[in-house]
Amino acid sequence: MNSQIFHPFVLPFVLGMAFVLTYCVVGLLRVIGQLPKDDRKKFWRSLVTPKTAWANIRDLVGDCLFHVKIWKRNPVLGYMHTAIAFGWFMIIVIGHVMLFTLKPLEGIELQGIERTLPNFYYPIFFKYFAEETPIFAILMDFFLLMIISGILIAVVKKIHSKIVGVKRIMHFGFADNLIRFALWTIFPFRLIAEKTNIMAFWWLYSIDLMVFMFMLPFTRYMHIPTEALFILLRHAGLKPREPRKGYALAQIYSCPSCGLCIDACPMSVNDKNSGNTSAYFMKRLRNGDREEAQRIAETCMQCGKCVAVCPVSIESCDIKMSQREAVPYTINSDHSYLDNVEPETKGNAKVLYFAGCMTQLTPKIMRAMKQIMEAADEKYAFLDKDGGVCCGRPMLLSGKTAEAQAMMAKNTELIKQSGAKRLVLSCPICYKVFKEEYQLEDIEILHHSQYIDELIKRGKLKVDKNDLNYVYHDPCELGRAFGVYDEPREVIENIGHLRKAKSEKELSICCGGSLGSFNLTQQERDEITTNSVNDLIFNNPDEIVTACPLCLKTFARKSPVAVKDIAEVVANQLK
Amino acid sequence: MDFGFCLSPSSHVKMDSVDLTTFNRLKETNPDLNTCIACGSCTATCTAGHFTEMSFRRILLMLQRGKEDEAKKMIQHCMLCGKCTLVCPRGINIRKILLDITR
Repeated sequence: MNSQIFHPFVLPFVLGMAFVLTYCVVGLLRVIGQLPKDDRKKFWRSLVTPKTAWANIRDLVGDCLFHVKIWKRNPVLGYMHTAIAFGWFMIIVIGHVMLFTLKPLEGIELQGIERTLPNFYYPIFFKYFAEETPIFAILMDFFLLMIISGILIAVVKKIHSKIVGVKRIMHFGFADNLIRFALWTIFPFRLIAEKTNIMAFWWLYSIDLMVFMFMLPFTRYMHIPTEALFILLRHAGLKPREPRKGYALAQIYSCPSCGLCIDACPMSVNDKNSGNTSAYFMKRLRNGDREEAQRIAETCMQCGKCVAVCPVSIESCDIKMSQREAVPYTINSDHSYLDNVEPETKGNAKVLYFAGCMTQLTPKIMRAMKQIMEAADEKYAFLDKDGGVCCGRPMLLSGKTAEAQAMMAKNTELIKQSGAKRLVLSCPICYKVFKEEYQLEDIEILHHSQYIDELIKRGKLKVDKNDLNYVYHDPCELGRAFGVYDEPREVIENIGHLRKAKSEKELSICCGGSLGSFNLTQQERDEITTNSVNDLIFNNPDEIVTACPLCLKTFARKSPVAVKDIAEVVANQLK
Repeated sequence: MDFGFCLSPSSHVKMDSVDLTTFNRLKETNPDLNTCIACGSCTATCTAGHFTEMSFRRILLMLQRGKEDEAKKMIQHCMLCGKCTLVCPRGINIRKILLDITR
């Protein structure tokens, strides 16, 4: 303990802290200023709405403080992150609490500025300036050791990531490596300085803090302050409109580059493609490398698995979409021929069936659906028996919103003319766009797996059970996008025995055929398909069942066992 | 004066003076284009082809004969649904090539 209130070694820290605080305030104003007017209004309103306010508090505590989502994903990484982040947080909090318990130092009269000045650095360098009360001293040492244990795991992860259950980690540039080194050394320096009181270590500790704070805004550690803002914006229900402005900017800076999405991404099956994952996409955007970001955005399959595993819930798929919109393809589309398309059916059908482009390529699904609807005695009509207008999702995926809207308007018109109150779709790609973009107020939209499940439950459809073992593949646009996991599985349990795949539900692996990607070659897609099939036949099922014509067609190329659509399987077992 | 008939313009293509820049650029960026066997599966399944003249096979022919403007006009009808890519027996990324033509 030294009876003084100031020593020059606190200066680097104070400078760093001042810089970071200024940067954060400016950044905050910038993000909020870049929000479109109605989004900003939504944001302010969400802060005072009890429901979103509660969600804000819950996630701020759960995600920013205790990192619940990382724990769920990987407990070792959960401990690593909590040890460092929560430990550091507690040290800062306890430091400030101790400030209140501090008695005036012996022999020093504190007056005016001298009384407030120490507030800025006392909690950080407490042991040098003042005596700690014993109970706090024990707590401080406990949390410091906890941080150091976390850092040890981080070092192990860097050297050999497989020990902590991570196959691929991010590769960083100089700045990210330097700041990580600074972070790793801050706490050992502090421990040595506190225990030995050698001046050099107090200086090193302070300089380390300064390096960390000055580099923070330009590296991945910017996620520490930004995540809090991102949680608030996310709960306001905003959508990223531009790839590097407003809400999207908050997301870009919230990405901690943890790399959990690299192992999750179906493209990573080929190491060459692991650079096309969301973590790298966000990094490119942060660094302003637009060309590369655009290329990755166009390569992405939009399966949404990175979003499902992301511990920060970053909506990278949406940002990739806004990137595509920002640099659209230069086709001058002319779809004026759509005006002449006449509806195939006008009448008193209750259920309207829209097969969609992909199902046109797999007519057995259409036949099966016809059989099922006839067996259930439903009043149905086809919207596109001999080929219809595309749902518009592929056009949306290419970033051409206006053209997509023209197709959607045509389909909406055709559907409304039919007079049906229920719309059954066979293709999850269509299902997504119908659910999200179409304005079909009083028409119920169902995927055929939901529809069949309902028919069976209402007793309108009678099926026989056979002895085959099935495994169900969750199509990305049905499962991850809308959480339709249970209905198809319940249908299959009526037909045969359901076996589990290795990765299921929100972790299911894209079939590789996705329309989302523009750049992937057939060979690259085949690698993804083979990997996905191997994951599905993990428990030796007799047949793979899926609910998407595109998955069906893609798997059929590579699967050693039969691949069928859920409608086909049901039609075969009709009583 | 309308006689009810006319002479159609010659469809003769002078291959020596045809400008193949676009086609060659395409072949460079999408080498799988070289494997096309002109089977016409893409055309047969085309969603836009159901309503219009749209045909990827003809677009390739037009490019090989230097009729780039005609090809670009035809591409305008495309709905980007990707069925052509899916049915191609040679695994050619047709949708990407269509987009690359206008790039």
